[in-house]
Amino acid sequence: MTSQVSSPAEQADEASEALVGGQRAPSPDHTGAGEKEIRRLDRVIIRFAGDSGDGMQLTGDRFTAETASFGNDLSTLPNFPAEIRAPAGTLPGVSSFQLHFADHDILTPGDAPNVLVAMNPAALKANIGDVPRGAEIIVNTDEFTKRPMAKVGYETSPLEDGSLEAYNVHPVPLTTLTIEALKEFGLSRKEAERSKNMFALGLLSWMYHRPTEGTEAFLRAKFAKKPQIAEANVTAFRAGWNFGETTEDFAVSYEVAPASQTFPPGTYRNISGNLALSYGLIAAGRQADLPLYLGSYPITPASDILHELSKHKNFGVRTFQAEDEIAGIGAALGAAFGGSLAVTTTSGPGVALKSETIGLAVSLELPLLVIDIQRGGPSTGLPTKTEQADLLQAMYGRNGEAPVPIVAPKTPADCFDAALDAARIALTYRTPVFLLSDGYLANGSEPWKIPEIDELPDLRVQFATGTNHELADGTEVFWPYKRDPQTLARPWAVPGTPGLEHRIGGIEKQDGSGNISYDPANHDFMVRTRQAKVDGIEVPDLEVDDPGEARTLVLGWGSTYGPITAAVRRLRAAGQPIAQAHLRNLNPFPRNLGEVLKRYEKVVVPEMNLGQLATLIRAKYLVDARSYNQVNGMPFKAEQLATALKEAIDA
Amino acid sequence: MPDTNELLQLVPKAEAKQSMKDFKSDQEVRWCPGCGDYAVLAAVQGFMPELGLAKENVVFVSGIGCSSRFPYYMNTYGMHSIHGRAPAIATGLASSRRDLSVWVVTGDGDALSIGGNHLIHALRRNVNLKILLFNNRIYGLTKGQYSPTSEVGKITKSTPMGSLDAPFNPLSLAIGAEASFVARTIDSDRKHLTSVLRAAADHPGTALVEIYQNCNIFNDGAFEVLKDKDQAQNAVIRLEHGQPILFGAENDKGVVRDPATGDLKVVAVTEENRSQILVHDAHDASPTTAFALSRLADPDTLHQTPIGVLRSVERPVYDTQMAEQLETAVESDGKGDLAALFAGNDNWTVVG
Repeated sequence: MTSQVSSPAEQADEASEALVGGQRAPSPDHTGAGEKEIRRLDRVIIRFAGDSGDGMQLTGDRFTAETASFGNDLSTLPNFPAEIRAPAGTLPGVSSFQLHFADHDILTPGDAPNVLVAMNPAALKANIGDVPRGAEIIVNTDEFTKRPMAKVGYETSPLEDGSLEAYNVHPVPLTTLTIEALKEFGLSRKEAERSKNMFALGLLSWMYHRPTEGTEAFLRAKFAKKPQIAEANVTAFRAGWNFGETTEDFAVSYEVAPASQTFPPGTYRNISGNLALSYGLIAAGRQADLPLYLGSYPITPASDILHELSKHKNFGVRTFQAEDEIAGIGAALGAAFGGSLAVTTTSGPGVALKSETIGLAVSLELPLLVIDIQRGGPSTGLPTKTEQADLLQAMYGRNGEAPVPIVAPKTPADCFDAALDAARIALTYRTPVFLLSDGYLANGSEPWKIPEIDELPDLRVQFATGTNHELADGTEVFWPYKRDPQTLARPWAVPGTPGLEHRIGGIEKQDGSGNISYDPANHDFMVRTRQAKVDGIEVPDLEVDDPGEARTLVLGWGSTYGPITAAVRRLRAAGQPIAQAHLRNLNPFPRNLGEVLKRYEKVVVPEMNLGQLATLIRAKYLVDARSYNQVNGMPFKAEQLATALKEAIDA
Repeated sequence: MPDTNELLQLVPKAEAKQSMKDFKSDQEVRWCPGCGDYAVLAAVQGFMPELGLAKENVVFVSGIGCSSRFPYYMNTYGMHSIHGRAPAIATGLASSRRDLSVWVVTGDGDALSIGGNHLIHALRRNVNLKILLFNNRIYGLTKGQYSPTSEVGKITKSTPMGSLDAPFNPLSLAIGAEASFVARTIDSDRKHLTSVLRAAADHPGTALVEIYQNCNIFNDGAFEVLKDKDQAQNAVIRLEHGQPILFGAENDKGVVRDPATGDLKVVAVTEENRSQILVHDAHDASPTTAFALSRLADPDTLHQTPIGVLRSVERPVYDTQMAEQLETAVESDGKGDLAALFAGNDNWTVVG
């Protein structure tokens, strides 16, 4: 997910049916008699699925780390229930992790897995619908006994009743093999069994020629205090590898070459959206030369940012776990008054609770970052699933006219840059700023080109240090609401600055002096001025990727970038011209947006909501923008989106 | 005043001698004539020069309500925020700026109703805040509804047949919320109010000061029994650390522990029981006696109302510990290095 929209790799991308066929096709890389065959693939989509207690997220993370260090491009989709441990073996308890990796630039975690690892009947049942015929399925046969199967409604074993005939099924007694491999360790059956995810990881690592050193080092570090458990896991991992190497069932292994053409020179690492966002915030504090202050209340899927920032106190980062969402933003705003780069992190329900304080920040005109990792709503909704339905809440969800700038990252790694951009706007214009990420970006990951420190933007601000206004009688005074004529930002005078003592509050204030004012004309002026300040924020023009004669524009924002771009590639590969543009800034919109929209006969807006951006576009630009919506808690699939866009073009 | 509080040493001192005038802002005070808030404002403005801090390092943060207009009248930094949230906002300020003296001004509705959660959590954390809770037992700014400290059966606009809910006792609540400093005073007693402010300012951590404040428009005379010279002698118990708890015209009444229940009770002092009169220990590690004192007053008549510092104990201060964790992190891991952070432990290089 690293290259530009019009990458040369686009023609080959995301054609999953061709790929499954490709996997089964004879390969020129046959290594000869006596040795196992190795086939070369350009990309693979693997899904690990099991019970919530089976460690599927960890397994996926490790496979991802191995894949990243091998140099493939990759994109991931963790998918797990909100319950920490739903009843074992049930459908609601299924947790999965999908990973797409390739020798070229890819944009999404993939529509359909080529390989499904199903640790139990529930995992098979919950995921089989997404698996295309001909794909490989590795099942843990030990779990396919009567009770676990009955729990999910299998009357007969799907491994025996022919229902999986269309797939290439590998029945593996993962539990038994793991226990057998660990019998020297003197662990209880239950303890030994817990390493079965590492056995599966070892097997898959063999199948796809993944490097193993990283995982072994990881396990030894993770269980440093329990060396026996560490060695058991390493042993299970190696046993899985060796099982692949020796057993006849796995006759073929696959190579996916590093995506060396995709990546510009540089140093890379794998990064999730929430981690990139955390790093972006720390970097913003450094670049602004201000202490970073996070006031936050734990909420899925934003809590990881609180966890991450809490680890970096040596950067002068203060993290405050508040008693509630309101106190989280309240403390942040208090810190902003004191001169910190202040942040609050939350998800949709938390934004609702913070609304009044965001309004206060609008009135106080202090810099404040409000990070909303969107999830399914309304109300508690789908805590662990993704959605983009907080756009209008961010845009309008406050009493009074309370404009707040909005920025949205488009990929996990882009969360880093979006955090810096949000900080730039907040600090330059002295305003709260929304950053709208979502569950898919937060937990998904991709390679990130590590920036050089001297490439980072300069975000330094100047606090007010002296008086800024002369009264009629010649007295020099400090006016907290006397604005910069360019940005309309007011001065930021922090407590401790002599001579600038002043009072600010949520009551309307007199332009300039900041004193309480109920004057009608002044209120009208202040409302319009606050709006003008936000409207005047400098944001880059919208770039359009148009191959030429396109008459349809697909316009997106936020995390739909990957699927939309993948869909656009498919259409272009099939000879359909279509233009694409993606919004980073949603308030204010780029200056040229209206002009861009009018260039096209049709504008299609895919969103994971019921058409919130489309509503804004239609209202502001009087353009007949058409929505394509999905609110099922999952990102768009490229194929489905391509079909929808094709229909829009043809309509 | 003596600087016994180490945290106060972190706040810069005024370079020149200050007067009350230095702390008056140019804003016209807009409380109702006769409001008890005027007296509190004058007492605070009068006390600030004694505290001797640079006024640019003093911040008043308030919520919403009549008393929350307070910051506008102080020539310091100030924020008039939103209803109930002042302790949260002040927590962010105080925990990020230890060179500031941060004061919260709040009322019974602001602190105990809409903002109850923030108040109790500020108290348990022991953030370095001085909270002045103006308790007039009524909603003034919204024109006269009953408040969470109004007596049961209060007839107001919203309770024409009398209020139903039992009131909070703010000091009992604060002690229950692990407050390290709890005091009560009265708006009209300038000398006592100032002495309590002095003790609060000197306390490292959260200090909660309940100020009985008269709302002469909607709840006039609510504390008259504590103010009227004749009645007050029998109604007010002035607590002083290390002194026996005596009151009455001739110090003829005293507080003893009831051996049967362990609770406190008032007795007429006799030669026989004089030795059993409780000696006030504000620094007692156990909050039990302070809690009992907080509930000694008759809730209906306010007779036997202790005023003064009920509890003042030292325990770790949140913002101090937060700062120490930052220092410890630098000591153990070195000052944060962005390039090293970004690089992580698992990266790879692509060469052109």
